[in-house]
Amino acid sequence: MKASAPPKTESFKLSMLLSDTRYRGTSLQVITFIIFVAVFFWLVDNTLKNLALLGKDVSFNFLFLRAGYDINQRLIPYTSDSTHGRAAFVGILNTLLVAFVGCFFATILGLFVGILRLSKNWLVAKLMSIYIEGFRNVPVLLWIVMIFALLTEFTPAPKAFKGADPQATMLLFDSIAVTNRGTYFPAPIFGEGSFWLLLSFILSVLIVIFIKQYANKQKKETGKSLPTFWISILIIILPTLGLYFLIGKPISLEYPYLKGFNFKDGIHLRNSFLALTLALALYTSAFIAEIVRAGILAISKGQTEAAASLGLRPNKIMNLIILPQALRIIVPPLISNYLNLTKNSSLAIAVGYMDVRGTLGGITLNQTGRELESMLLLMGFYLCVSLLISSVINYYNRSFQIVVR
Amino acid sequence: MFNAVFSQIILVLLLIKIIFNLKGEIMRKSLFMVLSSILLIVGGQAAFSGGHSVTLDDVKARGNLLCGVSTGAPGFATIDDSGKDVGFDVDYCRALAAAIFGDPMAVKFVGLTSAVRFTALAAGEVDILARNTTWTYSRDTDLKQTFLGVNYYDGQGFMVKKDLGVNSTLELDGATVCIQVGTTTELNLADYFKENGMSYEPVPTADNAESQQQYLAGACDTYTTDASALHGTRVNLENPDDHLVLPEIISKEPLGPLVRHGDDNWADIGRWVLNALIIAEEKGITKANIDSWKDTKDAEIHRLLGTGDDDILAMVGLPKNAMYNAIKAGGNYGEIFENNLGATSGINIERGVNASWTKGGILYSPPFR
Ligand SMILES: N[C@@H](CCC(=O)N[C@@H](CS)C(=O)NCC(=O)O)C(=O)O
Repeated sequence: MKASAPPKTESFKLSMLLSDTRYRGTSLQVITFIIFVAVFFWLVDNTLKNLALLGKDVSFNFLFLRAGYDINQRLIPYTSDSTHGRAAFVGILNTLLVAFVGCFFATILGLFVGILRLSKNWLVAKLMSIYIEGFRNVPVLLWIVMIFALLTEFTPAPKAFKGADPQATMLLFDSIAVTNRGTYFPAPIFGEGSFWLLLSFILSVLIVIFIKQYANKQKKETGKSLPTFWISILIIILPTLGLYFLIGKPISLEYPYLKGFNFKDGIHLRNSFLALTLALALYTSAFIAEIVRAGILAISKGQTEAAASLGLRPNKIMNLIILPQALRIIVPPLISNYLNLTKNSSLAIAVGYMDVRGTLGGITLNQTGRELESMLLLMGFYLCVSLLISSVINYYNRSFQIVVR
Repeated sequence: MFNAVFSQIILVLLLIKIIFNLKGEIMRKSLFMVLSSILLIVGGQAAFSGGHSVTLDDVKARGNLLCGVSTGAPGFATIDDSGKDVGFDVDYCRALAAAIFGDPMAVKFVGLTSAVRFTALAAGEVDILARNTTWTYSRDTDLKQTFLGVNYYDGQGFMVKKDLGVNSTLELDGATVCIQVGTTTELNLADYFKENGMSYEPVPTADNAESQQQYLAGACDTYTTDASALHGTRVNLENPDDHLVLPEIISKEPLGPLVRHGDDNWADIGRWVLNALIIAEEKGITKANIDSWKDTKDAEIHRLLGTGDDDILAMVGLPKNAMYNAIKAGGNYGEIFENNLGATSGINIERGVNASWTKGGILYSPPFR
């Protein structure tokens, strides 16, 4: 006779949390989390204690106090009577300006160089390799400082433009002045009626977009591509230009002119801004060029050959077959290069460009003695920008994945 | 330019140092405080002497003084052709080292830009700052520094090239101005131009060298900083006569050595070494004649030089002849001034208000009693 024992249910033992694979994953995570929280609190506590020993506290009140210092490049109104908070904001805008303009030029240059590096012309390809290796392999700080030195040492002082027989003259019909303090361009002045011009311009662009969509639809249905390029350009330019003269030239240019120590009016691009933006754009463009090249090379040669055998011309092959697929590969690393450029812009301090590092993390930090607070805010800012940019990458990846049918 | 970037890195490192309490002194101090509070509870009475300085203990244990000076301000702190640190601020630290160790060379100089100096002091990177630093309310209170006195009454000035044709700061409307960041200079500048209804374009730089370079390249019309440093900088330019320090002084810049809050006894030591140098000048004690005062009837001199019976310096933990050594190191205040800033140095700054009160100036030390 055999007594059938009830199925043995193993009783739960504490050690199973680590030995049993069913629980191990979760318990390890919980342990890590606890350690993380403990370390975090220890850090905060330790910091506060040590600051207290130095007789300091943590307070962000300084952001609301009068800054007392001037900033040369301001995208929003700011005087020495404004608050430290506003000074920080002026700096943030200056950082974003460099990042934006830098990314724009880096992309254009990078695309151009990347494609040319694949050229069949030996000389062109070699020149582009030299460009890429040159910019990629020298620290960007050196480029910034070098370009700045070139801009300040080899350009005339505003004084040189003075007198009946000046040593230096302005370029392009007396409209652009290149000096050792920056370059002055004519600034557009928007008079009465400019609004209508803007409206007509936006309308033209909308019409062009509509035409493009129509042409695309036609192509999908009939296989014929309509010649839209020249028509689009005419639609964008002609009505707005006509209106411009009709209303009586509402937009005029304000030319820079020399008065006292410096040029007045016009748009003043300071050498610190030029050097920083140029160096960052050149440096980053070398990386972008390689990304573009890799993206194009990743598309198998068979596709080019197949397209060619269908009778497509080379530029059609590039535009219709290669680039759309290559972009999927290019865009994510491209955006992370934008991120790098933005972070590298904090090297602005080397040339005295007043970015957020220069205002909040520089002068404000020094004058108020709020090192910890300023650094935390600064890190918070760069973190936000980084998270924002990487969320764009993620969004892109999700929406442009190859849909497997 | 690289200095600017390095300062930033240093700043972050110093901050980490503060956060993680890597500073030996604070660690020991907190241990000390825990111990002493236990003592208080257990024994009901504190058992430490009033004249105890933790910083002094550290300095003695290390065997040298860490003195923060500027990265290069002619007359105040520079490095001469033979690689030796020289200058007005340097000589003060040598006197302090001599007071502690009897050896004016027992000091290590740390060059600090305007921007990192206070953080470096707070983090314990240096024991004392003697770095043409202006005594202000917010530095005293908000930045938690203790100023030990004034060793130079200065004011902010402007230097221009003569061919600019400017003879007064009031003619500088619209000018581009080179300034160093993290200074009182940039704040005074903003206030002065605003008060006078003038505009200007600031060009921020990290240190004297960079300001000078930008100024010489013509990237700014005028260079502004403490007038003393301007004079020192000017005589070291290639053609000093092409440059002019404008007559207006737009601010008060009382410069002096400073230490961090929290060690009053250390502050006392630094303060009284400075006072000793000033008193020595009042009394006519010089580097050369310092040994000839043994028979003087002036009791204060005996107290100062440690030639009397009382050993009043033991109160702050210094040897009896500490001030003798301090004065012997580089001479009295007047000698240090002459050698670094006055006629002997070639910079030719007049004593002016910085003369002893006995000679019409405002330099006046409390009595050594
Ligand atoms: N006294 C002012 C200015 C101090 C200052 O930075 N002075 C300049 C004068 S040249 C200096 O020492 N620079 C030397 C350096 O760059 O390290 C202050 O305390 O804020």
